[in-house]
Amino acid sequence: MTFTTRTLMGACAISAFSAAAFAETITIATVNNGDMIRMQSYTDAFTAKTGHTVEWVTLEENVLRQRVTTDITAKGGQFDIMTIGMYETPIWGKNGWLVPLNDLSADYDAADILPAMAGGLSYDGTLFAAPFYGESSMVMYRTDLMEKAGLTMPEAPTWDFIREAAAKMTDRATETNGICLRGKAGWGEGGAVITAMSNSFGARWFDMDWKPQFDSAEWANTITFFKGMMDESGPTGYATNGFNENLSLFQQGKCGMWIDATVAASFVTNAKDSTVADKVGFALAPDNGLGKRSNWLWAWALAIPAGTQKVDAAKSFIEWATSKEYIDLVAAKEGWANVPPGARQSLYDNPEYQKVPFAKMTLDSILSANPNEPTVQPVPYVGVQFAAIPEFAGIATDVSQEFAAAYAGQQTVEEALAKAQAIATDAMEAAGY
Amino acid sequence: MARSITARRKTINTAIAWSIGLLIFFPILWTILTSFKSEADAIAFPPKFLFFDWTLENYAVVQERSDYTRYLWNSIIIAGLSTLIGVIIAIPAAWSMAFVPSRHTKDILLWMLSTKMLPAVGVLYPMYLIFIKLGLLDTRTGLVMVLMLINLPIIVWMLYTYFKEIPGEILEAARMDGASLPKEIIYVLTPMAVPGIASTLLLNFILAWNEAFWTLNLTAAKAAPLTAFIASYSSPEGLFYAKLSAASTMAIAPILIMGWFSQKQLVRGLTFGAVK
Amino acid sequence: MATKASRTAARMMMAPAVIVLLGWMLVPLIMTLWFSFRNYLPLRGGDLGFAGFDNYVRFITSSAFWPAVLATLTIVLGTLIITVVLGVLLALLLDQPMWGQGIVRILVIAPFFVMPTVSGLVWKNMFLDSVNGLFAHAARAIGVTPVEWIIEAPFFSIILITSWTWLPFATLILLTAIQSLDSEQLDAAEMDGAPKIKRFWYIIVPHMSRAITVVILIQTIFLLSVFAEIFVTTAGAFGSKTLTYLIYQRVLESQNIGLGSAGGVYAIILANIVAVFLMRIVGKNLDA
Repeated sequence: MTFTTRTLMGACAISAFSAAAFAETITIATVNNGDMIRMQSYTDAFTAKTGHTVEWVTLEENVLRQRVTTDITAKGGQFDIMTIGMYETPIWGKNGWLVPLNDLSADYDAADILPAMAGGLSYDGTLFAAPFYGESSMVMYRTDLMEKAGLTMPEAPTWDFIREAAAKMTDRATETNGICLRGKAGWGEGGAVITAMSNSFGARWFDMDWKPQFDSAEWANTITFFKGMMDESGPTGYATNGFNENLSLFQQGKCGMWIDATVAASFVTNAKDSTVADKVGFALAPDNGLGKRSNWLWAWALAIPAGTQKVDAAKSFIEWATSKEYIDLVAAKEGWANVPPGARQSLYDNPEYQKVPFAKMTLDSILSANPNEPTVQPVPYVGVQFAAIPEFAGIATDVSQEFAAAYAGQQTVEEALAKAQAIATDAMEAAGY
Repeated sequence: MARSITARRKTINTAIAWSIGLLIFFPILWTILTSFKSEADAIAFPPKFLFFDWTLENYAVVQERSDYTRYLWNSIIIAGLSTLIGVIIAIPAAWSMAFVPSRHTKDILLWMLSTKMLPAVGVLYPMYLIFIKLGLLDTRTGLVMVLMLINLPIIVWMLYTYFKEIPGEILEAARMDGASLPKEIIYVLTPMAVPGIASTLLLNFILAWNEAFWTLNLTAAKAAPLTAFIASYSSPEGLFYAKLSAASTMAIAPILIMGWFSQKQLVRGLTFGAVK
Repeated sequence: MATKASRTAARMMMAPAVIVLLGWMLVPLIMTLWFSFRNYLPLRGGDLGFAGFDNYVRFITSSAFWPAVLATLTIVLGTLIITVVLGVLLALLLDQPMWGQGIVRILVIAPFFVMPTVSGLVWKNMFLDSVNGLFAHAARAIGVTPVEWIIEAPFFSIILITSWTWLPFATLILLTAIQSLDSEQLDAAEMDGAPKIKRFWYIIVPHMSRAITVVILIQTIFLLSVFAEIFVTTAGAFGSKTLTYLIYQRVLESQNIGLGSAGGVYAIILANIVAVFLMRIVGKNLDA
């Protein structure tokens, strides 16, 4: 034990006397991503500071989502804090299921939260979840392979450039795939990628009358382009690849480019897990010159379900875990590259953090996403890679299954889109739009 | 032995049976081996079977991240108690079906089995509401009840088929001696049915241990068993085969070891009345 | 033999099991029926009123319904056929004298102890994966393009996993049955000069028919609700969405409890059709 931590613990032991009367145990449901697992390992620091203890329920993303949604809708009261995303927050906030977070302490500096994040985690101007980390998506590419292909990655590439570069970088003999993208069924997996991509092709999910738009030429172009490029230069079995599969491929040096979450940047540049750590470059997600890029916006955020008896303890945890102080703690222990990114402006103002190779591109990507105007043509919904309505998750999961079958060559793009249109139309009618 | 066989035949039998046995076991063996590899070795091509740097790092990582013993303890309690209570409720029912059969015995038995056909996810929401009302969410009591009910039909059926093989005259004799019904069951029937009861306990313990729908959806932090433990490793970020293997090995090791030690008992009673 | 008194006693003893199971069946069943006629959307505020037969119509007319029924039957039947056929062969083999019989038996039953989630994950990632899986490694070693199992053969992949889990169960029950076969009967047949195949068909198979019935019955109950194996492999894509999976999507992804409950009622109907069918075909073997 170092001297500093010992004094820290000592000081806390004293303050624990005063806090002891209010010491509570809070239960937190969270997703099993690297940053959250790191947060768990620092729980002791939180307990030392406040006296409250924490019970963790760490689950894989899909299981977590079904658990917390069941619990919040049925008012089960199993959790004092839930880790949710930008999709859930406005819907739940609207229903009055979350405790407003407008009254966090002055030290917390809520104004420092990136406006894009705060906006996506609010309903009607009230913040309902505090971002633990935020992300957009961007191009991660292999500088060595790009050079070998005789190309230079522009800071803001077009889809045509990406496709051409992917074809040139592909070398089937050495299992180098020019590009890796998610094709896996699921609205948060392949569904997110293709929706964000469709925005740059001028497509949209619904028109202003909530009519599904899969019968449009824009959607046909998007899917045809995606499938064409992936068949040319993608890995085998890309129709079942999600974030993890692609991360693993990229870390093994099997991808020339990968367009995915900005948080992946710290994994692919981490020499412990990645064989290509020192050969990764970054660029904005591609566009088609239509004014919208294909990057999304997402945050994993901490929210307090209305009805918990431990609001104060839960708030103190959220204030701790999403604070500048927590970022400093992680930076001191594990280096700046490992702090949770994308939530606070002050992090990007920090000269130390600016030295991190992907810091600027992450911020630029986040700033270039606009959930309120995600598409070329106007839409009635909020959200870049999703539409923040309760029906979306169900429809998008079905639709993404049809797309995955098209990627796998089991049906044509036209068939997939026709089915998608039918599914979406039916579901929207059922919901009374 | 009436059927004589040559040593050659026996050798061939042995070779074939061992090959098939190893083939079937291989996925488990591979998982166990992978759990001792580094993540890079886990996906190496050509695959590394035994000659890699053996490491316990994955186990250390898994143990540090989650309190394995708590999940293990919950699994043992939930699977154990649900099975035990199920058997206690089932013994009298199976007794009466076996020794005082009526026209409806077969119907009742099949009806019991049919309750298992209700798709669990279809009743998740109603069940969740009931559990909230009764305050049973995230309690071992709640899970013990649910798993007991899920497995009760199988338990009744197994015991029934086993009891049927016990000759009725023995019970008659006990009755002549003036034994009361409870006494008859406790002192005469149960001892005779020990192998059947043992294998019923074992099989249902396994089924309860592996039940992953209710145990995942009705628990949070306190009552979560090993199925929930696995759910936090099922798709972590980056290379994960080795860590997944370590977590998987930890989740299946206790039941595997128990199964192996008790396989004789398990096999003996696992007839479901299929043997005359 | 049974007196009136003992009959009453018997009923009393059956009561606890019957009552708890009746409760366990009726309470969720009635709630499912109730919800299936409601427009119940938790994310839109809960119970929005009576829906008539809307949910039933919507569920059965959805393009996913019949493929889901077909997928369910494919997985159930595929697994049953594989486990019963291989189970019989394996049981016959294990009945032969050999060295280390106990150890072989342990190796064969081991998969039964593995949780479905674990077996799904292990098979999907470490064997069937077309880049890092062992099958792909093997294909590459002999110079063949690796097969994308999950995409090109989704049913094969899922049935492979479920069969691996249930083969031990089938083998064990069938083995117990074979071992109980009167060896004198077999010896007599052997003396008569009956060829092996004939002995198998006329003596062994009829003797095992009851055991096979049991295997089919128990496995069907469990296979109708296969979920984890699909969830971790295809995530419902490539036509592998079963009825259970479809209901899961309606309840937990779409958060439409009414629609999901109507699906649940259909699933109960399907299960009962399968059950009646099973009883007709194999039920006469059941001595109950």
